[in-house]
Amino acid sequence: MRVELTVNGAIHAVDVEPRLSLLDCLRDKLLLTGAHAGCEHGVCGACTVLIDGTPVRSCLMFAVQADGYAITTIEGLSPGPGELSLIQDAFCETHGMQCGYCTPAMILTAHALLAGNPTPTRAEIVEAISGNICRCTGYAQIVEAIALAAERMRGLNQPAIAPVSRP
Amino acid sequence: MKPAAFDYARPSSLDEACALLAQSEDARIIAGGQTLVPLMAMRLARPKHLIDIARIGDLAFIRKEGEAQGSVVMIGAATRQCVVERDPTVRAELPLLAKVTPFVGHAPTRARGTIGGSLANADPAAEIALVAVTLGATLHWREGTSTAEVPAADFFIGPMTTILPPTACLTAVRFPIWEARIGVGFHEVNARKSDFAFASAAAQVALDENGLCRRIALGIGAVTPVPLRLDAVARSLVGTRAEEGDVRDAVRAALADVEILTDLHASTAYRRRVAVTLAVRALADARAAAQREPHAR
Repeated sequence: MRVELTVNGAIHAVDVEPRLSLLDCLRDKLLLTGAHAGCEHGVCGACTVLIDGTPVRSCLMFAVQADGYAITTIEGLSPGPGELSLIQDAFCETHGMQCGYCTPAMILTAHALLAGNPTPTRAEIVEAISGNICRCTGYAQIVEAIALAAERMRGLNQPAIAPVSRP
Repeated sequence: MKPAAFDYARPSSLDEACALLAQSEDARIIAGGQTLVPLMAMRLARPKHLIDIARIGDLAFIRKEGEAQGSVVMIGAATRQCVVERDPTVRAELPLLAKVTPFVGHAPTRARGTIGGSLANADPAAEIALVAVTLGATLHWREGTSTAEVPAADFFIGPMTTILPPTACLTAVRFPIWEARIGVGFHEVNARKSDFAFASAAAQVALDENGLCRRIALGIGAVTPVPLRLDAVARSLVGTRAEEGDVRDAVRAALADVEILTDLHASTAYRRRVAVTLAVRALADARAAAQREPHAR
């Protein structure tokens, strides 16, 4: 079947078998390998992408179901080649990862959380990432990263403080 | 973890979906797919045809119907759980459903999962099924051109098994609205929050002006093959203050002869014991919440 997917703002027409998951389509057809295949039955959250801004498990959706939605993968968060988004930067700074397998999904989930809630409590951060399993970190530094990103994003919105410009 | 091959159709109306269901051998409805797709990935389900109803607008709605006495909330089968979770009508009129929805899977699965999908899947630990049975909801379906409705307590017949005919499409679930001064309670025990419950209990209580229980609905989930409404307990406690000791004795007696599930996570004895405790807590919470509700709505 032919399906048109809108991924990170670009439209891709792909031929897929109906049984091809959105995850496999992103990885194998569109070569967007930032969405990771973990359990492939909806438990681990490593395959999380944003569908119209909301975190969704791309292994539990078939590519043929995904036309017409705005799909965002981790590749779509970077402001430019070789650059990190503010949240990605916060994950680096607090070392909110070890092996990194769950990290793209964690960052997308954090992105969706902070888009709707600029001042999340620790409990809200923990709840937001509760569907994403990390087997390395014990989560503490992931929560720290999201809190740091939230703090910096709030700072960006304060007009009194001039944004720091990078060379 | 790759599903077997199938044909995919996305009809634009319920009529079309029902016609496709009637003519296709081994067809399954898919809406959110949050329980069906894992089963397909594990090849526990191998439908030859998938009929996608997720975008049929007529199946996604929440509306209050009827006059003061006997008014109801109708929820379309393809209404997503995240919509139910935030809906003002559900919060105001069905506080028990609003209370349990955050416990249904995780936010990313509630973003796609539907209320009808959870009911049709009939997992013994499902929170939405527990609320449907506890509140005496009614399930509506279409088969071909005919419609049918059945009480939730008769809909579920075993783990992952319902009386829904294979060629029928669940269309809506109807919840009764209780009148004034109600409170709700819900508790569940699981290994991690939002994982499948080992035991759960839901309660809704209406109080009279003297603080006595005018009406009680109490149900337990995850401990029996289908959610169980404890009508005898409710009857014995109406007209009382539902004191903790009385509730405990009544629930314990009600569960004495009931077949309780067991698996490697939780034994029969554990589930029975925890179900009693959770039922006591849920009812106590419901009563306390009703007491805080000062006046008739």
